[in-house]
Amino acid sequence: MTSAVSLHDVRKDFGSLTALSDVTLEIEDNEFFTLLGPSGCGKTTLLRMIAGFEGATAGTIRLFGDEIEHLPPNKRPVNTVFQNYAIFPHMNVAENIGFSLRMLGWTKLEIQTRVDEMVEMVKLGALVDRKPSQISGGQQQRVALARAMAPRPKVLLLDEPLSALDLKLRQEMRTELKRLQRDTGITFIFVTHDQEEALSMSDRIAVMSDGKVQQIGTPFEIYEHPNNRFIADFIGETNMLPSIIDTVEGFNLVCQLEGGQTLDALANCDNIPGATGVLSLRPERLSITKTEPTGKILKGELGDRVYLGTDTQFIVKLSAELNLKVRMQNSFFQGANYKTGDTVFVTIADGAARFLVD
Amino acid sequence: MAAGTGSGSTVSAIFSPVRFWLLLPSWVVIGFFLLVPVLLMLTYSFLTKEFRGGVIWEFSLASYDQFLFDRGLFGDEAPVIKWTYINIFIRSILQAFGATIFCLLIGFPTAYFIATRPIQSRTIWLFLITVPYWVNLLIRTVSMKFLIRDSGPLNELLLYIGLIDAPLHVINTNFAVQLGLFYSYLPFMVLPIYASVERYNFTFSEVASDLYASKVTILWEVILPVVKPGIIAGSILVFVPSLGAFLAPDLLGGAKTFMIGSLIEDQFKGNAGNWPFGAAASMILLSLVLVVLMFYVRAQNKDQT
Repeated sequence: MTSAVSLHDVRKDFGSLTALSDVTLEIEDNEFFTLLGPSGCGKTTLLRMIAGFEGATAGTIRLFGDEIEHLPPNKRPVNTVFQNYAIFPHMNVAENIGFSLRMLGWTKLEIQTRVDEMVEMVKLGALVDRKPSQISGGQQQRVALARAMAPRPKVLLLDEPLSALDLKLRQEMRTELKRLQRDTGITFIFVTHDQEEALSMSDRIAVMSDGKVQQIGTPFEIYEHPNNRFIADFIGETNMLPSIIDTVEGFNLVCQLEGGQTLDALANCDNIPGATGVLSLRPERLSITKTEPTGKILKGELGDRVYLGTDTQFIVKLSAELNLKVRMQNSFFQGANYKTGDTVFVTIADGAARFLVD
Repeated sequence: MAAGTGSGSTVSAIFSPVRFWLLLPSWVVIGFFLLVPVLLMLTYSFLTKEFRGGVIWEFSLASYDQFLFDRGLFGDEAPVIKWTYINIFIRSILQAFGATIFCLLIGFPTAYFIATRPIQSRTIWLFLITVPYWVNLLIRTVSMKFLIRDSGPLNELLLYIGLIDAPLHVINTNFAVQLGLFYSYLPFMVLPIYASVERYNFTFSEVASDLYASKVTILWEVILPVVKPGIIAGSILVFVPSLGAFLAPDLLGGAKTFMIGSLIEDQFKGNAGNWPFGAAASMILLSLVLVVLMFYVRAQNKDQT
């Protein structure tokens, strides 16, 4: 089984600036694959290289086994949904959606049928005769989607398509995009800087920073087993406690914190005793109590809190410089009983502490 | 929040006395220097000519009659249309049209080129386009005459490098007039198109390319339709003054390429002129231009719905 898109040692330089290096990726057919990273990490450049707008400085890009490097964008069976939609202003919705089909030489009847099909798929019903200036941002988004999917591309590239929408619409479109991808079976390559978007939609995610792929995995793997400090920090929230490895037993480590206290942790690669790094503790896998429980705990003084609706986030001061974020669900927790300045005990869920080398 | 979210009409109602006084100078200038001359011309075109220029205040349709008919509407026999002046008009329209096409063919690539340069160098390019226009039009046209005449530098150069065997006869041809008009009005084409292309979102071109359009198709089906307002504005700005131009036809075209502008000019020059006739020819020219502008407005409105 060949991959839908296969990148091997891809590199991109802009003058003396290296935008991408050592990018090796296999994106499977029918996959919802996300390129996730902060702005400037090279994810959009990578997408534009697959689309054909940028050439690779080195490396190979294959589409279902065929090298496509020499093909211009209009010869590649991939289509793109652009960040700002760029709906042609002089054409109505139907003409926009049918544009590629006209370019491919479909007959009028075939185009009409396909456009109707797409209009129904993205639920644009009554708007086919409207000009782009007469429809809303959310509707333009749907036109852009329909336009890119009309020629039945083998791979659909989406460049931050949801970033211009408001929150409610964005959440709605996530479900919608996922449904479209499942129904059509088209491989989606989705670029975003929004980790929540990436986690909620993707089959697999490639996290990128500084022009390199940092980790590839399912949303679960990326969130629960981050490879390095950057990923642990970028995906979700985490606490990072500086520590040194005491003992190693397979994947189980005992780590020493700055104050001399020891904690059990999981390794993420070959760790040796004496290695320095951080312990990553997700705030939602910690909890606070006033009475001292048994097991591995940390002790501290309660600081500020942030009310977040479903949760409350507490700051626990372990020492003068070391703060811990703890996230408690409001459904069972009586936050009102906890006052700033109280001494509290922090319990760590099993397997929550992960050691990440510097 | 009423003040912040108030509609435009509330705001303008509050400021309306101020608005009136601020707009008054513009209205006075436009009224006095634009409307009054047109009305004056309209009036003169219906008066009787005096022998040595000037007019007699006596109503007459003679000017229009003279322009259009050999044997007028008011005789006993059927009217016969006079082609002399109508031909001059048709020739002028063709000349102006040719100059517009010429300007468009050169102006669009130029404007596109400038609009796609890095932002700092665009100003320099635009500046360079306008530099020749610091020199008086008459002087530029005379220079053009020197450049293209049979023994001028252009022919000398072409002869020297061996591209031609005998001097190209350009001066006193329609082509020379077109060249002159082109040179006179090129910036009027370049600047509006530049403004349009500069606002053009080049993602449209990428989208079209992504959707299987070739480069030529992108130009015809995406870029040109989107920047059309600039092209139309530029074409009007070149066509209208070309239609009434008299310097280029006079100096570069010789007697064979007599145009409306020269015809009108002659009516007001010296003692031989005929003011009512010149005014009537001007009014006919004005109506022609208005018809062109109406097409433009209609095309614009169609685009917006």
